[in-house]
Amino acid sequence: MIRDITIGQYYPAKSILHRLDPRVKLVSTLLYLISLFLFRSIPGYMVATLFLAAVIRASRVPFKHIVKGLKPIIMLLMITVIFNLFLTKDGDILFHKWIFTITEGGLRTAVYMAVRLIYLIIGSSLMTFTTTPNELTDGIEKLLYPLNKIHVPVHEVAMMMSIALRFIPILLEETDKIMKAQIARGADLESGNMIQKAKSMIPILVPLFVSAFRRANDLAMAMEARCYRGGEGRTKMKPLHYRTSDKIAYIVVIVYVILVFVVGRYVPLRVWIF
Amino acid sequence: MSIRLEHLNYIYSPGTAYEKHALKDINLTIPHGEFVGIIGHTGSGKSTLIQHLNGLIRASSGKIYYNEEDIYQEGYHMKELRSQVGLVFQYPEHQLFEIDVMTDVCFGPKNQGLSDEECKERALEALRLVGLKEKYYSMSPFELSGGQKRRAAIAGVLAMKPKVLVLDEPTAGLDPKGRDDILEQIAYLHKQTDMTVILVSHSMEDIARFADRIIVMNHGEVMFNDEPKKVFAHFKELEKVGLAAPQVTYIMHDLKEHGLAVNTDVTTVEEAADEIMRILETRK
Amino acid sequence: MNMIQTEKLIFEYEKRDEEGSVIGTSRAIDQVDIDVKEGQFIAILGHNGSGKSTLAKHMNAILVPTEGTMWVDGRNTKDPEELWNVRQSAGMVFQNPDNQIIGTVVEEDVGFGPENLGVPTDEIWQRVEESLKAVGMISYRHHSPNKLSGGQKQRVAIAGVVAMEPKCIVLDEPTAMLDPAGRKEVLKTVKRLREKKNVTVILITHYMEEVIDADKIYVMDHGHVVMQGTPREIFSRVEELKGYRLDVPQAALLADELRKRGLSVPEGILRKEELVDYLCQLD
Repeated sequence: MIRDITIGQYYPAKSILHRLDPRVKLVSTLLYLISLFLFRSIPGYMVATLFLAAVIRASRVPFKHIVKGLKPIIMLLMITVIFNLFLTKDGDILFHKWIFTITEGGLRTAVYMAVRLIYLIIGSSLMTFTTTPNELTDGIEKLLYPLNKIHVPVHEVAMMMSIALRFIPILLEETDKIMKAQIARGADLESGNMIQKAKSMIPILVPLFVSAFRRANDLAMAMEARCYRGGEGRTKMKPLHYRTSDKIAYIVVIVYVILVFVVGRYVPLRVWIF
Repeated sequence: MSIRLEHLNYIYSPGTAYEKHALKDINLTIPHGEFVGIIGHTGSGKSTLIQHLNGLIRASSGKIYYNEEDIYQEGYHMKELRSQVGLVFQYPEHQLFEIDVMTDVCFGPKNQGLSDEECKERALEALRLVGLKEKYYSMSPFELSGGQKRRAAIAGVLAMKPKVLVLDEPTAGLDPKGRDDILEQIAYLHKQTDMTVILVSHSMEDIARFADRIIVMNHGEVMFNDEPKKVFAHFKELEKVGLAAPQVTYIMHDLKEHGLAVNTDVTTVEEAADEIMRILETRK
Repeated sequence: MNMIQTEKLIFEYEKRDEEGSVIGTSRAIDQVDIDVKEGQFIAILGHNGSGKSTLAKHMNAILVPTEGTMWVDGRNTKDPEELWNVRQSAGMVFQNPDNQIIGTVVEEDVGFGPENLGVPTDEIWQRVEESLKAVGMISYRHHSPNKLSGGQKQRVAIAGVVAMEPKCIVLDEPTAMLDPAGRKEVLKTVKRLREKKNVTVILITHYMEEVIDADKIYVMDHGHVVMQGTPREIFSRVEELKGYRLDVPQAALLADELRKRGLSVPEGILRKEELVDYLCQLD
């Protein structure tokens, strides 16, 4: 059910990826995401796929677990595919019936977008699978530290993110409980049109908000009680230092980006319309 | 309105790393009008079990008969079952959402398709049954105290006029008086109406006081299913699975060990006092 | 100097109407005087809404008195200069185990307090390890708190406080949301901490069995301290306690029932062993 959402959930394991500096993982993820938009060709995708496969392997996160994380985005994926498929008008017409037309360009864009989206999600979830939210916060905080000078509250934003990640599973479980409780009181969450469905969410959303606020309140108090007073004067239990492995990882990623760019642009391999 | 479970199994997230056999071959009969207590440590399957009773969770295999009708048969009216078997979750006040107590209690009956007057009538009756004072009916549920919220939430289930009332730890987090009040109210309800009551609790003392029969769950299996005195006689086995008998039961056993010929199968303080007095009297 | 001391402590909440303007005040704590000596085990009992949690929050300067004074380890909690010292010397454990764990990995959560105090990295690791050992959770250091039982989560929360090396730990209904096994776990941990580290413990609870070992019990009702004394003194006043929506341990209750039936059971029986001994020497 709703608890199966795995995006953003740390997956404890002992792998090279888990041990890397979070800054490496953040920067690499960003580079990987950008790299996906550098090409539109089969060789490019082959390189990107190989790289992703290698990283998945190295992460020791079971492939099944990663796929499960994709479930919640299926709807988004379908919408993207359908829009691209029918709305892109480019090249020869492959299929035409009534108001539906699929062109070569449409099919190409739809497939490329779908693959990109899936890789994008897998890529970023690999980061969250292998990095604890605390490490992530530290990484973001340190990477963005220069922004502090222009009065961006970097530490606060990072802290908020880390807390949000910690409470996702708790709130999901809570949603599950509230849903069950309202169904037990005869609530009908499935049938009806959009408006009725939206209305039937009120008995779930109101208690959920109330609970989220209560939790936020409790947590703020608990943090204050443990002497939390913002980023100033704080030391780190796990301070960040680049090690050799981190430097190697940077080199690997940069090599990958160059490779994917070159191969994706200049290796002339085409299959049918792709 | 009996409930019968036959060879009930429930496997949680089958085929994944989190797979867990939460219920194993459960066979139970709960006759109409009984007050049943369910005990078991956290994770013993008791919460999973009660969610099967109104069809919130569907068993992996096995059958449930409500009123001798198979609830898994095609065309069975699940919504009807849910209004017959009322389920009060742990911390039920967390499900309150309406602008006032009255409207919130009406939510259940409204979902049953009753008219506004009928809903209101039902709500009033339920609120009276849980002993909530009239001045609170028009207040926001969020303004009430912890104990009052809990009552309002229980009324929300009672307003559906269930034939079976299942309560998952209705006294969790309340102070001693609050705990007693809620339990006494439930016992009163059980006497007044002919409702079947199924009470899940961690407190052996409470269960001993009210239940006609106790079901002990352990690792997804029914470990004991008997009247309280007989179940608590197995206090040594209960301890092995992280449970215990009521304190007085231990006192009686100690007394017997020290040579006082008391009857050890008492489970409440009053019974224990009577029994001790009886023995002391015969000594004189 | 006392570990915790209050003098005519008053705390008032402001009541506001829907526009947010103050329409009156409500007194949650009224003229409370308590004193706790270093190393003591103090229990505070009271029904929901009796003011006991509000009082606890004063010990950590989450709330400050409206009138009167509270000193923690000789420091006035109203003094903003002393705020962080007060919070460091009186650690606090709350009721809901989920809502007080900040870290997503057990050891990171325990390190949160020392990090805030500016403790050097090496020492943080040392403290984390020591505190997790003290609560018996060292083997779970790399686990996610979400996968732990309620009792284990509370032990992690206690370790998080212990790592700040406080002189005093205030536990605000730490067992209210736990099952009997979890309750036992937490109490055993607290007991061990008292023995090993000699910390002052202030336990707020609804469960009478948990406070039998206390050096002193305060009973609160409507913001007042209405009873105080040793467990023996307090639990022999069964009717009075019931009037404050409280209870007594079952052995004491049985003793009281026997008294009602004409047996002259001595006052102050708390444990089942004491009752059994008394009854057996009758013949």
